[in-house]
Amino acid sequence: MLENPIKSDSLLGLSNIIWAYVFLALSLVLVISKGVLPEGIHRPPSFLVFPFADWINAFFVFIRDDLGLIHVSRAVSSGVEWLLDVTANLLYGKHRWPRIGPIPWSAIAATAFIIGYGLGGIRLSLISGGTFVWIALMGQWKWAMETLSVIIVATPIAVLIGLIFGTFAWRSRAFERILNPILNLAQTMPHFAYMIPVVVFIGVGPKAGAIVTVIFAVPPMIRMTLLGLRSVSPEVIEGGKMSGSSGWQLLRFVRIPTARTEILIGVNQVIMQCLAMVVLASFIGMPGLGQKLLQLLQSLKIGKSVEIGISIVLIAITLDRCTQAWAKREPVHFPKGSSILVRNKFLFVWLVLFVLFVILGQFIPILDQVKRNQAFSISAPIEVGVDWLVITLDPITQWIRWFLITWVLIPLRNFYLWVPFTAILALLACFGFKIGGLRSALICTTFFTLIAMTGWWDRTMITVYTVTVAVIIAAIIGFPLGMFASFGERSSKTVLLICDTLQTFPSFIYLIPVVMLFGVNDVAVIGAVVLFAAVPLIRYTIEGLRNVDPQIIEASQMSGANKFQTLFKARLPLAIPTIMVGVNQSVMFSLFMVIIAAFIGTQDLGQEMQRALSFTDVGKGLVLGIIVSFIGLMVDHLIMTWSYSRKQILGIQ
Amino acid sequence: MRNFLKLLVVLGVFALGTVGVSKAEDSSDPVIIPLHNWSSQLVMSYAVGQMFESMGNNVEYISTDSQAVYESIRLGDVSLELEVWEGAFGNSFRAALEKGGIHDAGDHDAYTREDWWYPLWTKEACPGLPDWEALNACAAIFSTPETGDKGRFLGGPVDWLKHDAERVEGLGLDFVVVNAGSASALWAELEAAEKTNRPTVIFNWTPNFVEAVWAGEFVEFPAWEEGCDTDPAVGYNPDTTYDCGNPPNGYLKKAAWDGMPEKWPNAYKTLTQINFTNEQIAEMAKLVDVEGHDPEDAATEWLAANEDVWKPWTM
Repeated sequence: MLENPIKSDSLLGLSNIIWAYVFLALSLVLVISKGVLPEGIHRPPSFLVFPFADWINAFFVFIRDDLGLIHVSRAVSSGVEWLLDVTANLLYGKHRWPRIGPIPWSAIAATAFIIGYGLGGIRLSLISGGTFVWIALMGQWKWAMETLSVIIVATPIAVLIGLIFGTFAWRSRAFERILNPILNLAQTMPHFAYMIPVVVFIGVGPKAGAIVTVIFAVPPMIRMTLLGLRSVSPEVIEGGKMSGSSGWQLLRFVRIPTARTEILIGVNQVIMQCLAMVVLASFIGMPGLGQKLLQLLQSLKIGKSVEIGISIVLIAITLDRCTQAWAKREPVHFPKGSSILVRNKFLFVWLVLFVLFVILGQFIPILDQVKRNQAFSISAPIEVGVDWLVITLDPITQWIRWFLITWVLIPLRNFYLWVPFTAILALLACFGFKIGGLRSALICTTFFTLIAMTGWWDRTMITVYTVTVAVIIAAIIGFPLGMFASFGERSSKTVLLICDTLQTFPSFIYLIPVVMLFGVNDVAVIGAVVLFAAVPLIRYTIEGLRNVDPQIIEASQMSGANKFQTLFKARLPLAIPTIMVGVNQSVMFSLFMVIIAAFIGTQDLGQEMQRALSFTDVGKGLVLGIIVSFIGLMVDHLIMTWSYSRKQILGIQ
Repeated sequence: MRNFLKLLVVLGVFALGTVGVSKAEDSSDPVIIPLHNWSSQLVMSYAVGQMFESMGNNVEYISTDSQAVYESIRLGDVSLELEVWEGAFGNSFRAALEKGGIHDAGDHDAYTREDWWYPLWTKEACPGLPDWEALNACAAIFSTPETGDKGRFLGGPVDWLKHDAERVEGLGLDFVVVNAGSASALWAELEAAEKTNRPTVIFNWTPNFVEAVWAGEFVEFPAWEEGCDTDPAVGYNPDTTYDCGNPPNGYLKKAAWDGMPEKWPNAYKTLTQINFTNEQIAEMAKLVDVEGHDPEDAATEWLAANEDVWKPWTM
């Protein structure tokens, strides 16, 4: 997507900077003369607003009923449902074929232990086995198995689809060119947007949950496959050809095995995406931990929901570490003639343990199932802690709430809504010219003109306002924290670990405490968004600062710079491009969270999205989703172009 | 493993059933019962599911959105709905009825009421309550930074289509309506208010778990009259609609997929006979919200204690 922005193309013989100033001036003129100019410059006139949603709905009705696509989609989904029934029966004993489950929890925990040991030694085995023991002891076994039964089905399907599409994209440039914008759109669109068509075509229930998870998880797999296949060195291919491989053999035995690491990283990302969907997909009937979490949160059982949140994080860590270990593992070679027992020692140990626990489970009930009344709980102290926090912080939160609402949020929000849309378009053109020339200017204005044409301008502005404020607050907190943490190895590691945990924790959990702290208003919404937006800022600040070339740091220290001088004069300027990637991610995370924050109560795109989901309005949902996606893509384009050109100037990479 | 035994038993029961009685049998496909996000509905759904299971049916539960569920019932993806609230879901239900595929499967004895509501500690700061004019007189104690001098009323999500803003205008209330995004946001606000005994007025309904956790009362607005929502002349203010309270006894219905009577005739017959009262619903909600049981266990417990209530429905 990136071209070289340094080589500036000039429009009408004027440089980009001149054009940037022209558009800035235009924007200011439009703002100042707002009262004089016709209404059409303030908000898009009605002839510019098109009923996109109605068109999309008409199109969907056409392909669903007239072309009969609903029969195809229902057939596909019943295939998925069959697979889900099998895993569901094995894992938690749903009454379906093969009707042999549920497998005792101890046998599954033993399996996890062995997998962990085989992939990463004793440390990993303690993490993986321990996770399952924790889940069983907390009395969440059935829910966790409901979740896993879907993930086990969704992951291979997503990986397979990703491999196929990735390979096609690698074979055909034309296909890649079509696929790329679709992937961009899919990765920036809020999840709720594509849940609505899934409800229409597939229905609700575990199968819909699985399919929406697959849709969400496929894009990164396609990208990693493409990356992997591209990076196979020509020498390896040459070697394969010399041994007389056919085209298919070359792909199957040379290219894919060589691209193994990238592909496995893709698999890892697929699993992480699947887990991220656990809670969201429960809106359309995915059973398990996510569903339970929502139910508990909705009756304000914070303690219990945190317990479930911890389980989701633990499962995520286990699956993440295991697939990473798998990706890094070199194939093991055994000396010729070693017995089948030695070659497959883990398999045998597993088989013995598995059978042992299955049998023991029949006689010792606690090894088969931990009943909910036998389970442990840590919810009481968590609830006491939250209560204490809310009461103790009350004077501070009241003040923050008053200050932000009266002096920052209401004025800013009114300002965003007051500015004419044409002035914003002109301002975006100015940014475009300044950062990437004519092309960028066109990209930015096109995205926002299209948004204006949907008729959702006011709601878009409220969304943009929330994201802007949240990212700014996140930066005020995140940058100093990141800089401070980057001084030492230990502190960096600790802060990064906290970041990871915050990020994997299901985002819904944050919504209730912020309402309890701030009430139902914009401060709560922004509070929830900031928690999410700060994570990438901190992470990339630390990584940017720590990855600066050590020779440069040494050079600055030799010239007598102290710790702070090194930071501000040498490390920070060099780290800025990386930090900007963090800002970019922070905007993406905010856009994701601002939609979810509709559950607190907002008046932005998220609220409309929630309504579209309630009324299964496909057209409206997709239009809103695409608006959010356009905001994201525009910010992404501007920041990445800027960061790229900055790196060129600094001569890094 | 031991399910194999269960399977044999089930098969045996089936065999006996087909030999003994020649009445229509239910399909062995699971009856799909939707779960929503409030506790009484959860317990009731599990309870009815367990009733069906006791009759030999297979049951599956899926969680869905409480508005979108009617579309799913219409398409047969979900078999029934046990709590159709007149106020909250009447519109979605009627819209689905018009499209076809779903029908009314009878009323519960329970009545529903949805209106402005306050927790009891509010009365200390505003002793004239529950009268609405007294509420208006102390509007200032409900003010927040975002509402300025006016009081704040925390309403339900916009898509519940309540006409609070119209009422504020019609009755000339010094209140601003702020819409929460979800029911849980309402309760979180209530819980936060309790910690400092801050006066608050929110949207609430009965039967609801909230009454078991926080004592409170509905605000008494000018009584509902037929036509208050359509005819400006009716009600307190001659120029506006919605210038009255909500109807104090809305229906609580059951709804079923059109294919249900044919596919599961026995379960369907039970469904039409199921009839809960407000006390029973509150009792179920209490098992979860006050006593902290899991909804599934609460349903089992309730069924065990109330066999005389539900057994006749399954006959």
